[in-house]
Amino acid sequence: MLLTQSSVGRKIIMAVTGFVLVAFVCVHLLGNSSVFIGADAINAYAQKLHSLGPFVWVFRLVMLAAFVIHIFFGIQLTLENRAATPEKNVQIKRLKTGFGAETMIVSGLVILAFVIYHLLHFTFRVTNPDIYVPLGDHGMINVFVMIVQGFSSALPVIIYLVGLFFLFLHVSHGIQSLFQTLGLSNDKSLPFMGMVSKLVGVVLLVGYISIPMLVVFGLIKL
Amino acid sequence: MKLKLHVWRQNGSNDKGRLETIDAPDVSPDQSFLEMLDDVNLVLARAGKDVIAFDHDCREGICGMCSQVINGVPHGGQERTTVCQLHMRQFNDGDEIFVEPWKARAFPVIKDLVVNRNGLEVIMQAGGYTSCHTGGVADGNALLIGKPVADYSMDAAECIGCGACVASCPNSSAMLFTGAKVAQLAVLPQGKVEAQKRVMAMTEAAKEFGFGNCTNHYECQASCPKGVDVKFIAKLNREYMKALVS
Repeated sequence: MLLTQSSVGRKIIMAVTGFVLVAFVCVHLLGNSSVFIGADAINAYAQKLHSLGPFVWVFRLVMLAAFVIHIFFGIQLTLENRAATPEKNVQIKRLKTGFGAETMIVSGLVILAFVIYHLLHFTFRVTNPDIYVPLGDHGMINVFVMIVQGFSSALPVIIYLVGLFFLFLHVSHGIQSLFQTLGLSNDKSLPFMGMVSKLVGVVLLVGYISIPMLVVFGLIKL
Repeated sequence: MKLKLHVWRQNGSNDKGRLETIDAPDVSPDQSFLEMLDDVNLVLARAGKDVIAFDHDCREGICGMCSQVINGVPHGGQERTTVCQLHMRQFNDGDEIFVEPWKARAFPVIKDLVVNRNGLEVIMQAGGYTSCHTGGVADGNALLIGKPVADYSMDAAECIGCGACVASCPNSSAMLFTGAKVAQLAVLPQGKVEAQKRVMAMTEAAKEFGFGNCTNHYECQASCPKGVDVKFIAKLNREYMKALVS
């Protein structure tokens, strides 16, 4: 049976693409954290990324592919799994699974919507075109100004808080799940990976929301 | 003890099924859950009513026949306990107890609490065996197997095939069952020969039969009356990947 049709094969595809995505989310936070150092740091970081030229596009294509594949199989597997249980028991008491694990499809779809908004907000410059001011004369924009002004109104801040909360939920189940799926777990490591999973989720949540929060509370300002 | 039972009544897989409230007015705390149902059925039979159909066989927790979701948990939620070994002292006087069958597309209801679990047999037929000549009894130490390996295999072999893993799974996946069978054989020299073919055939059979896909909820391990560990699903995944690259 083809990898893309088999039960375990698609699970492995979910794990590998999930790993790529969560690794990106971690690296993205690491890069963004240069905003804590100051305007020059984040602008220099942005400039460095843009100077990579074609590599940026290769990277973007890989990310897009991982994202699309992860979503496609996520939806397909969810529909199959729902069809496998056409009728549920009247009483259901779960012993082990958690809210994050049971709502992966919901958190996944919210993250999809959030990523689309995030790209329209900061990458395609659609939702708030007024936050872009040029930096120097190389066609670069001032990323620091973009961030501060981008979080100067309530709506984007609320959307980011909601999106990032669902990212936390998704990752807190996803990381330990991908280790289990790739066979990199046993009875000793699984509870540990469960904790690592939640810890990484919290670090990502706190790390990411600290940027809009510091802008809101005026600690990052122009 | 006086109990109120809400029992799932369903006449075949085409019937819609419903919960029926039945009183159990005189329950001894020393009875097993099945003995309590026996008493209830005796009263129903004497009154000329349709008795509650349920599966049972050994009544000592090793056959895997009893298949009841009690208060929302397969086998009632007492750790490592089948329904037949669940005793009424676990309940309190006046309790209302919900008794339902396994619910999964792959386990159609035959009657009331009895479901058709042939799906698990289909998975076994796809690869849950080793192909070898049997003949006379082999010399005990002719084939050396390390104690940790033998223990690991025996832990997986604890599975009694009751189907609680499927019933507890939000996706109705049979991956713990399949994982236990794959792992049990894959670590032994007799089973290694067909390990790659086996993992492919058994996982495919499970999918084709209509079981869902595993998404790592681990409900299966929590409700397994034999405590079969989800590490055997990780082992199945490793075996699957080995088969992919070989």
